[in-house]
Amino acid sequence: MKIIVCIKQVPDVTEVRIDPQTNTLIREGVPSIMNPYDYHAIEAALQIKEFLGGKVTAITMGPPQAEEILKEAISMGVDEAVLLTDKRFAGADTWATAYTLSKAAEKLGFDLIICGKQAIDGDTAQVGPEMAEFLDIPHVCYVRKIEKITKEDMIVERLMDDCYEKVWLKLPALITVVKELNTPRPPSIRGRMIAKKAEIPKWGLEEIGAEEDKVGLKGSPTMVKNIFAPPPRGERRILEGTPEEQVTTLLRELRRLGCI
Amino acid sequence: MYIKINIEKCNGCGSCVNACPFGAILIEDNKARINEACNLCGACIESCPEEAIIDERVKEKKISEEYKGVWIFAEQRDGKIASVAYELLGIGRRLADTLNVELSAVVFGKTDEVEELIKWGADKVYYVSASEYSYLDDKLYSKTLVQLIKTYKPEILLAGATAIGRSFIPRVAASLRAGLTADCTGLEIEKETRNLLQIRPAFGGNIMATVVSPNSRPQIATVRPRVMKRGEYDPKRKGEIINIEPLRPSDKVRILERVEDISFCKVSLQDAKVIVSGGRGVGGPEGFKMLWELANLLGGTVGASRAAVDEGWIPYAYQVGQTGKTVCPKLYIACGISGAVQHLVGMQSSDIIVAINKDPNAPIFNVATYGIVGDLREIIPLLIKKIREGVIE
Repeated sequence: MKIIVCIKQVPDVTEVRIDPQTNTLIREGVPSIMNPYDYHAIEAALQIKEFLGGKVTAITMGPPQAEEILKEAISMGVDEAVLLTDKRFAGADTWATAYTLSKAAEKLGFDLIICGKQAIDGDTAQVGPEMAEFLDIPHVCYVRKIEKITKEDMIVERLMDDCYEKVWLKLPALITVVKELNTPRPPSIRGRMIAKKAEIPKWGLEEIGAEEDKVGLKGSPTMVKNIFAPPPRGERRILEGTPEEQVTTLLRELRRLGCI
Repeated sequence: MYIKINIEKCNGCGSCVNACPFGAILIEDNKARINEACNLCGACIESCPEEAIIDERVKEKKISEEYKGVWIFAEQRDGKIASVAYELLGIGRRLADTLNVELSAVVFGKTDEVEELIKWGADKVYYVSASEYSYLDDKLYSKTLVQLIKTYKPEILLAGATAIGRSFIPRVAASLRAGLTADCTGLEIEKETRNLLQIRPAFGGNIMATVVSPNSRPQIATVRPRVMKRGEYDPKRKGEIINIEPLRPSDKVRILERVEDISFCKVSLQDAKVIVSGGRGVGGPEGFKMLWELANLLGGTVGASRAAVDEGWIPYAYQVGQTGKTVCPKLYIACGISGAVQHLVGMQSSDIIVAINKDPNAPIFNVATYGIVGDLREIIPLLIKKIREGVIE
């Protein structure tokens, strides 16, 4: 069983703010972290490997420092990792990112690809299903449970807006996972030692055999025109008085605003 | 194609370093240098007081004129058209009128509400009623939509940023090599270019971005439920329904069953107008019963913070926040939720936020329209009682 896990290094978005006066980003001290959903993708891959045997490979596309999260993946027990890095990959939107990752996946070979549901910086949730289309394989998003898996197929439960759905799919396939699926293991001491020594191969455009006009900015159909601060929230008010009075005022206000 | 620094003009002031969302600019030897982390967002360009940043991103135009018309994907769940589809018709109608083109809806799966789409503003409905389309089959849905787009060539396609839309629309964009923007909260037409300006939150809602797809058609966007307003309903409105032959599903994926968990919300979180949400302060599963009672009275549903989900008081499906769902109801009542940033990013775009918390310093009060400092075990029952009695004044 060959499993590929796609992971991403993201800024800790909870720390990113726009300065309302200057309309510029305050990014001092914003740390880079592994996308939180990706830990669950790694854990899922490791559990499947423990059950069926095989090999787990983590891949990411990013600048050289993205190697940090690949090392973290190795410390959790991933067998090998590849960093897709090339100046020509820069400025990629989800289309170009999915294309680049698919080319790497083709080169590595796989039975199953696992991604986190979405990355917390862009929140698009698009790269996983786009990869599945490029690779012409079935996919299932928001997997909350893997009910059965063999070398040929799997049955998963996906979380929809108003229900769960049980889906059968034939491998090779791609799934994206939500955090309900599992509890990620912490890195082991042995894992940390291996990660420290691990040499992580770096693949560029030529190594994955990608077409230059399909990667990076050049390959991206979308572009960001501008960024701005979200409109500030309206007035805030703390309701005073006894609980009885507070509740009465609240209900009157909500009624006035047509909320209830 | 790139953003460059004019070294002659640059005085190393560092304004661009602060403006860059991606940390892609460094000052070396008193000059700015852009590295490969650059995402070409252009935030630095205006920040430079010396006008030393050169914007070479402008691409040549080569859009096909053949692409005309606005389409919306009207999803059905269990035969019922989702509310977001009517909202899409509202915004879609406005865009179509601005562009002076037709508005069409696409429906996969059997429903009795096809006519409704016309009454809410559609000129045409492309309808695939075959039973294979009843539930989301990502490959079948995307293959069929791609084929329709290739035949009829719309310039814009909108879909709900729902579980269904976000799962299969990316396949459509990948296949067509079309620009796709997720989770838009605003859509406008740039008149000169006919480009769709797609406004969306990024970095967990801390920043807004305007995204364009200038060189590919159709321009595809998913739109959050409850953000757009419905248009006008005209029971006499006439339109055309075009029945589309179904394609054959692949033999690689099959929906086995829908599991309707009885504990699951009747109203989905993303569609709910009112959400009564509970955190650690609720104290346990018993406390959530009280929240359910209030939510039912208000015609809404219950949500939760990560803390409450991690305690096992309520299933993950109800989690609001960074690793849960993003919601924007008309009314969000946060009960015993302290307001960690990870929670705020999932709910801060709600219209009205009410916070009930014992701790007057809880960060939830910073985003609350109305705050009540107090014990929710006292406040909530009072609320329930007063609503029941109909006592408002």
